[in-house]
Amino acid sequence: MIDFEIPTPIKRQVQFITMLGEQVMRPVARYYDEHESERPWDYINLIWPTIRDRGGRSFSVEDGTEKTDKEGKPRPRIGYLMLAHVVEALSWGDAGLYLCTPGGALGGAAVDATGTPEQKERFLKRFGEGEPKWAAMAMTEPHAGSDTAAIRTTARLSEDGKEWILNGEKIFVTGGLMAAKESRGFVVVWATVDPSAGRAGMKPFVVEAGTPGMTVTKLEHKHGIRVSDTAAIVFNDCRIPYDNILGSPEVVKGDTEHKGFKGAMKTFDATRPLVAASALGIARASLEFTVSYLKDRGVKVRYGVAPHLQTAVERDLIHMEMQHRAGWLLVLKAVTKMDAGQENALEASMAKVKAGQVATYVSQKAVELLGPEGYSCKLLVEKWMRDARINDIYEGTGQINRLIVARRLLGYTSRELR
Amino acid sequence: MISFTPSEEQQLIIDTVRRYASDRMRPAAYEADEKRTIPQDIIARGWDLGLLPSAIPEQYGGFGETHQALTGVLAAEELGYGDLSMALYLMTPNLFAIPILHYGTEEQKQKWLPRLVEGGFAPYTAALIEPRWSFDPHALHTVAEREGNVYEISGHKALVPLAADAQAFLVYAREGETTQAFIIERGTEGLAVLERESFMGIRALPTYELRLDDVHVPASCRLGGEQGIDIDHLMNYSRVALAALAVGVARGAFEYARDYAKQREAFGKPIAQNQSIAFMLAEMAIEVEAARLMTYEAAWHIDKEHNAVQQAALAKAYADEMALMVTDRAVQILGGHGYIREHPVERWLRNGRGFSTFLGLAMV
Repeated sequence: MIDFEIPTPIKRQVQFITMLGEQVMRPVARYYDEHESERPWDYINLIWPTIRDRGGRSFSVEDGTEKTDKEGKPRPRIGYLMLAHVVEALSWGDAGLYLCTPGGALGGAAVDATGTPEQKERFLKRFGEGEPKWAAMAMTEPHAGSDTAAIRTTARLSEDGKEWILNGEKIFVTGGLMAAKESRGFVVVWATVDPSAGRAGMKPFVVEAGTPGMTVTKLEHKHGIRVSDTAAIVFNDCRIPYDNILGSPEVVKGDTEHKGFKGAMKTFDATRPLVAASALGIARASLEFTVSYLKDRGVKVRYGVAPHLQTAVERDLIHMEMQHRAGWLLVLKAVTKMDAGQENALEASMAKVKAGQVATYVSQKAVELLGPEGYSCKLLVEKWMRDARINDIYEGTGQINRLIVARRLLGYTSRELR
Repeated sequence: MISFTPSEEQQLIIDTVRRYASDRMRPAAYEADEKRTIPQDIIARGWDLGLLPSAIPEQYGGFGETHQALTGVLAAEELGYGDLSMALYLMTPNLFAIPILHYGTEEQKQKWLPRLVEGGFAPYTAALIEPRWSFDPHALHTVAEREGNVYEISGHKALVPLAADAQAFLVYAREGETTQAFIIERGTEGLAVLERESFMGIRALPTYELRLDDVHVPASCRLGGEQGIDIDHLMNYSRVALAALAVGVARGAFEYARDYAKQREAFGKPIAQNQSIAFMLAEMAIEVEAARLMTYEAAWHIDKEHNAVQQAALAKAYADEMALMVTDRAVQILGGHGYIREHPVERWLRNGRGFSTFLGLAMV
């Protein structure tokens, strides 16, 4: 039955986060934008207990709600639907601060998508106890971004077969500093066990924070989302236990199913709709602010008005709103399928393409509509535009996601449609 | 709880209408457009699907329970996928029935609804659109003035489907500051059906201009009696209907372009293996899906009896733009062949361009 009613627990959660956004995130958003290297401990300490008490897996389907209703009937899973709303609302507050939220983040998502039950327990338990911790995912290398199969970081077995030895350089690791150095977290590192095998050789490894041989060498200075650290991490004979390879260790021997690479793609099916949700949170902030700013100054939006009677501003605002809504519905569909345990790679990439584009368009248009005020650092509108821009780039650029959508629609392999 | 899956009953309707669209409408669409006429057996079979009767309660001759915009848009997408002219033809009686169902007095419902649904296809229609660039359903130039127990109506209408055969018309007119609707029977003095119109698209659908010169009707012909109608609420049923039809047209264009691009070779490989083509197709599919979800959502709000003007207006605006973009790109992907009438994509572009002016031409 087609239905657009959002479950009450989600509505309540969004209300709570909206309050947090207004009272905690927005007031400090400008400060941290201007103090790039400072950690937002006030926000982190405030949100950590909430994250921790929900199991700490901010990118996990476990939402902490009862699995059955009062009559004992199974409730539909709403984990990803909840997450999309949480991520959207936090990003409405401030996308940079949202990215600093302690928890598993993309690293946790990779463990969730590719780890064994034992590994999930071992690596994710920490986010439900003690001090704030972070996890990160390290995929991109200086010479390999979208072409993930071209990574050169290697993992070889030690002579006694008890350890993996990692060597290579990773860049653009979101939250890498927090995960690798400044908390008891971990980094999921994608490395190849056989550089000649291409995708088949790619495997995810968990490297615990502070492991000798793992060094954060650089923090990037960015266009937006400045409060979130973006790290370069070098691995120099970094030794990790054999069991830290995610998934069944057997896949290493005679792997024919490309499980490692598929694991990366499966992770993206889960994370792309959430990145899309983050994008649309920023877009909604820009749109709502612009509408209310203009309304206070006597510029209204009327719906259902004949085209020739619409003002140019009205037309722009309606266009922004409909684009935003279209993106959001694609996100909802992608996460709903995820919750239902259905294949959602197509929907995930569709949502990501649309949301990346919409967030960029809406936030840039907001600056335009508000003129010098929009361009000014007095307001957050210019910041939102800078923050939004990353969403069409990270977690698969708009182009890579178009390629994925096209391959699915056309029934082409990655070799047939390059 | 949020869900994008139609109910079993709705899925059955989708499947049935889709089969009719593929087997009956599509093969006849080219000739219908060229000859500007639709074979009557296609309409008769389409009527047999029972879409309108299932939206009308049993007490008024239908076999439905409650009228649902959501079910309507699911069917409309499939009809639009079949052929837009035929879809609008088949849906023309809706233009008369749905306003009466929602706003008619008991007497009006008793009198008209059974006539619409109890027999075969009956050409009842409505006249809303007016022939001017600044057409606005909130400020019609057709005017109704009350003199005692009689309304005097004068004005000029356009895009009135099936007017030449219509048994009765629902004519929208400005009364004071509001838009109201009046049921006017065929043959009423002062009501003249002018020549058949010709447009860029929907060429198989017979539409006419209508002139009303001091047409006198009893006050009992005012839809809803003293209560009248809420034009914005009524327009919501038109907005989502048109959005759904646009989705259907665009889906057809996307599929055709996709299949063509896979089979057409250039420089030794299918053109779909070029990113420039593949990306266009990806964006087309994303836009079709987004417009569909917007339409579902708006229809859902209407059925929940929320004030859905905002959602319905956004869905329609989105679908208008989407239909033009998708059909235009389909033409581009086919290249020179896209411009040739033997391929349907140029027809879909002509049809797709019309959605921004069709408000009031379809209802679910």
